[in-house]
Amino acid sequence: MTTIANLAARLESLIGAHRVVAAEPELLEYAIDGVVPSAIVRPNSAPEVVEVVRFAIAEKLAVIPSGSRSKLGLGMPPARYDIAMDMTGLHEIAHYDAGDLTLSVDAGMPLRQLANVLAEKRQFLPLSVPCYETTTVGGTLASAIDSTLRNQYGTTRDFLIGAEFVDGKGALCKSGGRVVKNVTGYDLHKLLVSSLGTLAVITRLNFRTFTLPHAYGGHLACFSSLDGASAYRLAIENSGLPLANLETLSPEAFALAAGVLRETHPEFSIPLEPANWCVYASYEGNEAVVPRISRDLQTFSAEAAAVSSQLLDATSEGHLRGVLREAFDWLRWASPSVALFRIVLPQIKTTNLAELLLAAQEPSLRSALLVRAAGIIYLTLLAENEDTSALRSLESAAARLFLFAPQNRGHATLLHAPQKLKSRLSIWGPKPPDLTMMQRVKDSFDPQHIFAPGRFVGGI
Amino acid sequence: MTAPLLRELNSLLGPSNVLHKIEDLVLYEYDGSVEKARPDLVVFPHTTEDVSRIVELAAKYNVPIVGRGSGTGLSGGALARGGGLMLVFARMNRILELDLENARAVVQPGVVNLDITRAVEHAGLYFAPDPSSQKSCTIGGNVAENAGGPHTLAYGVTVNHVTALELVLPDGEIVRVGSKHGDAPGYDLCGLFVGSEGTLALVTEITVKLTRKAESVKTLLAIFDAVDDASSTVSEITARGITPAACEMVDGWTLCAIEDYIHAGFPRDSAAILLIEVEGLREAVAAQAAAVEDVCRTHHAREVRIAKDDRERDLLWKGRKNAFGALGRLAPSNYVLDGVIPRSKLPQALRQILLIGKKYGFSVGNIFHAGDGNLHPIVLYDPRDAKQFENAITASHEIIRYCVELGGALTGEHGIGMEKNELMSLLFSDADFDLMRRVHDAFNPDSSLNPGKIFPLSKGCGEIRVRKQAGALPAKV
Repeated sequence: MTTIANLAARLESLIGAHRVVAAEPELLEYAIDGVVPSAIVRPNSAPEVVEVVRFAIAEKLAVIPSGSRSKLGLGMPPARYDIAMDMTGLHEIAHYDAGDLTLSVDAGMPLRQLANVLAEKRQFLPLSVPCYETTTVGGTLASAIDSTLRNQYGTTRDFLIGAEFVDGKGALCKSGGRVVKNVTGYDLHKLLVSSLGTLAVITRLNFRTFTLPHAYGGHLACFSSLDGASAYRLAIENSGLPLANLETLSPEAFALAAGVLRETHPEFSIPLEPANWCVYASYEGNEAVVPRISRDLQTFSAEAAAVSSQLLDATSEGHLRGVLREAFDWLRWASPSVALFRIVLPQIKTTNLAELLLAAQEPSLRSALLVRAAGIIYLTLLAENEDTSALRSLESAAARLFLFAPQNRGHATLLHAPQKLKSRLSIWGPKPPDLTMMQRVKDSFDPQHIFAPGRFVGGI
Repeated sequence: MTAPLLRELNSLLGPSNVLHKIEDLVLYEYDGSVEKARPDLVVFPHTTEDVSRIVELAAKYNVPIVGRGSGTGLSGGALARGGGLMLVFARMNRILELDLENARAVVQPGVVNLDITRAVEHAGLYFAPDPSSQKSCTIGGNVAENAGGPHTLAYGVTVNHVTALELVLPDGEIVRVGSKHGDAPGYDLCGLFVGSEGTLALVTEITVKLTRKAESVKTLLAIFDAVDDASSTVSEITARGITPAACEMVDGWTLCAIEDYIHAGFPRDSAAILLIEVEGLREAVAAQAAAVEDVCRTHHAREVRIAKDDRERDLLWKGRKNAFGALGRLAPSNYVLDGVIPRSKLPQALRQILLIGKKYGFSVGNIFHAGDGNLHPIVLYDPRDAKQFENAITASHEIIRYCVELGGALTGEHGIGMEKNELMSLLFSDADFDLMRRVHDAFNPDSSLNPGKIFPLSKGCGEIRVRKQAGALPAKV
């Protein structure tokens, strides 16, 4: 917290009394890993963001922008945190050319609300991300949380075509534009993806949009072993079938998913066999493509000796798709102490998944593995209590995983962990070799390091 | 010819890798654009360490550096504006690793774009970005310019296919950014360096994604008697959400030139054609081809042909990709523009381009990536006629300004280079330039790498100005 006198009053003089809060109950809602801001500001225009940022620069105050705050726990605890910049007041669609499939939208626009507008034109943004009902466009981009559709549509950087933002000198800047192909100037907007608020305050984002598919399909195959599930995945990957998503769930992960399904959709009609390794595939296209993919998946699963192979009806598919989209959310609350890792490996095979599970093994911990398409692994370590012994077990496993990932030419990031554990390690793993290059970028955007200090890779 | 830098370069690389005679240097004073600038020395590194040592020497003698691949660029990006030392990557042309299982290739910057595909096509893979010059342009040049091509409509431009880079900074330091997988935590440095036009670092190694070949492909040739009908077709294909792998437009005047040169089977009596390719699963391709044909017919296509085999398909693409060469037979020179517009505004943009051409007395050809609104108006002119040259530049700038007025951009795939840097102010504010300049200076503080590019010299970007060094270089002959 800052010691600056009359902070709230001075902020009020910039953007008005009704959009500044300095009362404790609300401040606590904006706390990050126990670090509480001194004031909350709620600007409703880019010029107001500029005002607050210029004030913060002059007073050397740390600013952390946020949207719905659904993923504030990502990243390290902030080194300083004076002003919480709540961006939900910027929530308009600035430009939408449905005929050109391009969109310009304020950062604080809720994703669900945007989806409803786009759906009127049978379009969408392929951002199928956790906390979907509350998350904002800006928060989704800055946190770079995975979309379950990335296998088919790529990551945000692939369809972000421009941005406006307030940099660390208090200037409203832009990069890119509103056309789908553009190499005019440096692509600075790409740097904002996954920057966790450390480079600038994003005020507006431009995207290319996509047409909603005519038909959806879903298939669930279960196997008695990881070998069977892996053989099935390999057959799918070698076939080149265009799947929207492909997820392998370990028996533990599937049991957790089944529990969430039973709770949220008691009418879910597909029998769930938690003792098995399961592979869920979702796909989309026209009325001819979906049955073709369904047929191929049934063939591949039979060849890999699946214990069960089921085509999902539209309702069941929608339920399972939704539950897996929210995996990040329910996995982190699945037991009293949870360490949720996102691990990326260039190659995913039975052998290295088995080695990964071995590296994570601790007598007192359960592990749930979810292997998503495009080489993304969510490994959740679950402790049954919050005591020192549980913390020690999680810390030991984390240390081994942070070694395992680079040894296998991959990366591990700790997405969620108890506060006490986060205070004892870097959730980003070892310092990356290009850290000094990242620091140059940080210094260019934010010379005084006022944006979210200490939260990012290597202490940026 | 006893300049100290030349001596040291000869000693480092051997005389066969250093050019300093004017008859050699003139070959490197141009690229595919209308610009010209002669380097003072040309060197051919073979390894990353060579590049690092050359850069250190250039820094020692305070000489600017520009990297170059095959010199097929269209914006003067690989020209030595203000002279200096040119690093030509033609001899760093090895494919270092093919990881087919994970669909990755690690290559040196001098590898020719199409050679990546040739090396992996036996495994059903290819490198998706396909500029028209793909038989000769290098991957290093593609990375510098963030090159596109016809099939980027569905598959994205170069940046969407690069996961890691090895770079040499202006002080000679060798660094790596990104990762093989392409999903390392941290800022997207690959996203910054790809398309930075050699103004931040020299790229010495590139890890690219390989794409799996589609199960089925159909190539349609739609023939129109009115340009408006062809452009309205493109707008409606976009609005209906049909995403072809490629959607190219060629006007009738250009078609005749192509037919004279390539004999690709294009009609000589049409106003425009669309070359549309759909690919994917058999079932998806059949439906998409039917939908495309329906839109074409709705907009009065005179004929819609589907290439009956690979030979016919290859011929159509040969015609499209050699169009610029075909136009070269009609006039001593041509100026290829690269504006981008919202696709919903295609018909009005083409009408305006025609009017601007008429105003300055030029026939303007149009052959372009219609599906993503990336226009390539081509102004034919005679550079020996100073007035004609001046008019060609003026007309071109007017066309680009119009693209910006429509909500578009200066360049879709050719880059800014030294061709459009003075037009950057049409899009960017002082604050935008200030931030771009700070990012530039963070990596290239003395503007020793590719000076005089991207940033407008008239906007007070003083540090980005071209410096002309003296003393260390051999005197011009």
